[in-house]
Amino acid sequence: MPPLLEVRGLHTEFRTGAGLVRAVDGVSYTVEHGETVAIVGESGSGKSVGALSIMRLIPNPPGRITAGEVLFDGRDLRRLSEAQMREVRGRDIGMVFQEPMTSLNPVLTIGRQITETLEQHQGADRAQAERRALELLEMVGIADPARRLKQYPHQLSGGMRQRVMIAVALACNPKLIIADEPTTALDVTIQAQILELMKTLGGRFNVAQIIITHNLGVVARYASRVNVMYAGRIVEAGSADEIYHAPRHPYTMALLRSVPRLDQPRRARLDPVDGQPPDLTRLDGGCSFRPRCRFAVERCGREQPALERVGSGHLAACFRSAELLANQDVAA
Amino acid sequence: MSDAAATPLLEVRQLAMHFPISEGIVLNRKIGDVKAVDGVDFTIKRGETLGLVGESGCGKTTTGRCILRLERPTAGQILFDGRDVNRMDRQELTALRRRMQVIFQDPYSSLNPRMKVGDIIGEPIKVHGVERDARRRRDRVRDLLAVCGLDPKFTDRYPHEMSGGQRQRVGIARALALDPEFIVCDEAVSALDVSIQAQVINLLEDLRERFGLTYLFIAHDLSVVRHLCQRVAVMYLGRIVEMAGGDELFDNPMHPYTQALLSAVPVPDPRIEAARAFRPPRGEVPSPINPPSGCVFHPRCPMAVAGCRETRPELRELRPGHWVACSEVS
Repeated sequence: MPPLLEVRGLHTEFRTGAGLVRAVDGVSYTVEHGETVAIVGESGSGKSVGALSIMRLIPNPPGRITAGEVLFDGRDLRRLSEAQMREVRGRDIGMVFQEPMTSLNPVLTIGRQITETLEQHQGADRAQAERRALELLEMVGIADPARRLKQYPHQLSGGMRQRVMIAVALACNPKLIIADEPTTALDVTIQAQILELMKTLGGRFNVAQIIITHNLGVVARYASRVNVMYAGRIVEAGSADEIYHAPRHPYTMALLRSVPRLDQPRRARLDPVDGQPPDLTRLDGGCSFRPRCRFAVERCGREQPALERVGSGHLAACFRSAELLANQDVAA
Repeated sequence: MSDAAATPLLEVRQLAMHFPISEGIVLNRKIGDVKAVDGVDFTIKRGETLGLVGESGCGKTTTGRCILRLERPTAGQILFDGRDVNRMDRQELTALRRRMQVIFQDPYSSLNPRMKVGDIIGEPIKVHGVERDARRRRDRVRDLLAVCGLDPKFTDRYPHEMSGGQRQRVGIARALALDPEFIVCDEAVSALDVSIQAQVINLLEDLRERFGLTYLFIAHDLSVVRHLCQRVAVMYLGRIVEMAGGDELFDNPMHPYTQALLSAVPVPDPRIEAARAFRPPRGEVPSPINPPSGCVFHPRCPMAVAGCRETRPELRELRPGHWVACSEVS
């Protein structure tokens, strides 16, 4: 069976006052049916822009998808008409954003936001849609759903609003949900509830998920495969176990080393990633992580390393990834 | 030991901060209170870092703001070096501001976008008349930048020309400008990227050592708090539910809320996560306008018994230095 989603050589640019920013600079990956893939990166790494590019939600100007293919269920989403694309959004691919307060419509009731999707995409009539909305709210664990349907987003807590977002995303039985920092704005106990909910429902309905996050703990808990992004590119991709236990890119290693962890003895000092995040308007032809990299050699300044196979299903974009394997205790 | 060393630098006694809620435009009347902080006690020794953790709305930031005298508390006392900050006259307050500083969460909104970095850091030095000579002030600003790991040439930059991590370093340099003894760090590293967060945490530790600083470290990220703090207080709905030495609290959490909070944090290791039994706490934090009776955690608590609904548990010292506000643990 071909993968559900295959992104090939995706490029997205923004024209800004400071210059041209290649926010997504040649990204390729796949998502299988029912699988959860995490995209990890820091601000400006291109993780959100990449997801919005799949949905063709990049505002133009200033942004533009300049190259690449997005094969979803056999069709290239980049070739669809705007009307066809609208059908895909919300029906085949659901989205959950970070801030449920700004992504829900403040002047529509919760019920209407769900029924609207159902009427639009599934041709349901009002009564059917309302029954289904009630069912959906119950499914995402909202108590007293009949009352909540008549309420407005501001009357709900942040956690409940995110549950509503998930209900909207699931309304039309999508094949894929893209969740962009779905729990970053939430408290840790609510974050845990929402992630468990997404995991349970994803499994129950065999929905594939792309979780975009900067939280390495969330990734470890929920993703089976991980793409690590830096400065618009995927620098390492592999199974969660490989990424965490046998990382092959210096950035992944540095990131994992830098976080304080509750499960390990307290360290005297943290080991941060040196330097500053890259200025995307001033990238040269070399590896963009080079200025912060402890393993950089002269070649890293001349050429950009390609994302290459370092193991079955494990890819890394580093000239020295073979040596890094031998030096795993450098990372530990 | 001298008296000065024996008295804690900061003592908070029965602090309460209730914000009134009113209704109606013409006949505006008070209809209730948001009990943001509702009876909080703790002390901080000189040179110590106390972590104040909890979820949004638990009152940790309001507690910090009361200590800084950015709010006038409804009740209770805040003793800084033995003196009640709410009874200070203008002159004493000015002196207090030099000894007590704050680092805010968001390095984007806490720096004036129209001021150059040099002026942002130099302003408190000027206002407090510490260094009247402009050239010497400039030198002091350059020193502060260097101490915070920034190139002294940043004095002529504007905040928007810097990254988030650099801006937070400017915020720290500004807090250090008056040689304070005590700094409230309110989510000081929460907005930073993972790779930058560790740099700033290390900087805060270095500064603590170098200048003998005392911190109140307010944060929601438990792993950061564990790393930085010698003692930790956990807040829930305006109250402290547990307080202990850092290692003791994380190795041996006793309050059911602390336990729930710790178990909700995913660890960056898929093998550990796959093996871990995981039950997120049920329900959500109730409204502080109408908090539950008795123990405020009882509606979500797996250990709750009938009595928890009636009596508010006081903090009890169950082990040396380990205080828990729960009637069901012993």
